[in-house]
Amino acid sequence: MVLFKKNFVNRFFGLIPLLILFYLVCSETDFNFENLSFLSFNLIFIVIFYWVLKNPDILGYGFIFLAGIVNDVIIGLPIGVSSVTYLVLAGFAAYVRYLTVQPSLIYDWIIFVPSIAVTNSVYFYILRIFFDIDVDYIALALNSGITILLYPIIGILFNFLSKIIIVRKNV
Amino acid sequence: MVTSRDDFSIAIRSAFLKKGVKQKFSLLALIVASIILLSLEAINSKSLNFVRSAIKDVVYRTSFIASMPDNSIVSVFTEIQNYFEVYEQYEIVKSKLQRLENQQNQINYLKVENDKLKRVIDDTDIYNHESITTKVLVDKKSPFLKSVIINKGFNSGLKKGMPVLDGPYFIGRITEVNYLSSRALLTNDLNSKIPVIIEPMGYQAIMSGTGDKSALLEFLPKNHQLEVGSLVYTSGTDGVFFPGIPIGRVELIEKKFHIKFFSDLSQLYLVNVITSKPIESEQ
Repeated sequence: MVLFKKNFVNRFFGLIPLLILFYLVCSETDFNFENLSFLSFNLIFIVIFYWVLKNPDILGYGFIFLAGIVNDVIIGLPIGVSSVTYLVLAGFAAYVRYLTVQPSLIYDWIIFVPSIAVTNSVYFYILRIFFDIDVDYIALALNSGITILLYPIIGILFNFLSKIIIVRKNV
Repeated sequence: MVTSRDDFSIAIRSAFLKKGVKQKFSLLALIVASIILLSLEAINSKSLNFVRSAIKDVVYRTSFIASMPDNSIVSVFTEIQNYFEVYEQYEIVKSKLQRLENQQNQINYLKVENDKLKRVIDDTDIYNHESITTKVLVDKKSPFLKSVIINKGFNSGLKKGMPVLDGPYFIGRITEVNYLSSRALLTNDLNSKIPVIIEPMGYQAIMSGTGDKSALLEFLPKNHQLEVGSLVYTSGTDGVFFPGIPIGRVELIEKKFHIKFFSDLSQLYLVNVITSKPIESEQ
């Protein structure tokens, strides 16, 4: 019984990033503030980039793909747009992971800038060119800027969570 | 140099083709799957639409349940806030009631007069229509896409294009219908374009969503003399909506004419979908 409880708690900590991702896509909480639009940011991007970079076994690509589909359905976008953008971002993170010998939050942050730029460009062009959906690129750029600025802060929190997961795993 | 190029290609290959220890799919396979899904969006077949509709119904209900804790926290805060503002609200309501009572007498007179005039011109009564009251299931905020998901679908007779009202005010139209749920595109969405009429001048224009709290007035007549505070209604010239549904008032923002909506589009809870054209008034 004690062993079961211990295993359950350990597994739960490992599932937190996945739960955060699905909670963000499923619920109405998504840090897009209508009255403070200049403070809106995309936490989903940070979650995907951070966890694919640090520990891809915690956030599987299949789940990222599924989260994208759920997000498209809820927001009302053509199904597949968010999946492509999330997977492109995951691709950047995976690429950096294979190249990096000694990981550091600052280096990840620098790489996060072009990753977000490319990801949002893919998102913008798919919607604008293939589906003729108007996108406010200024709002999108502002959102990206704030997301980039907040990456190190949220990264520190995730570092903390990552340490807990590792410690729990080794117990 | 050769080595660095090799490193680059190995990293790319590893990132996109290699599966992790616990990964069941490679990134490339999932990107291809997403692109296939995207191209399926262009195909309009009955079976595909049925699958899409079923998936959407399930996701919307899941999202409604997932949003419950979040929404209940917000409603508790709102209730506490309302509690502290009771006296202030009471004073406002009292003065409003007095004003409304005066207006009611005026309205009664105008209504009688209007009915008489309608009989003369053989017109329809815009407030005489069938509607369905629905609940907003999900109102996911997006920086530019503004829509809500409601809890009635084609099982309740909803169809694409039907106007959606918040009380008596126009707020959008149905753009997607599933079996148990539908999506209403709000008037402030960037992709929303609605023909409107501005009274008392009678100008025709297009109301274009900005993704913000208001909408922009486009294609106004040349040399117009639009006044701030004028009332905006649907014009019905598109043949989709019937004319005369109130939308908002004209306001000037950065030298451009905008519409300030009568309804607060971020606070929608119960909305009415008009399911029939206005019923002709009795002669």
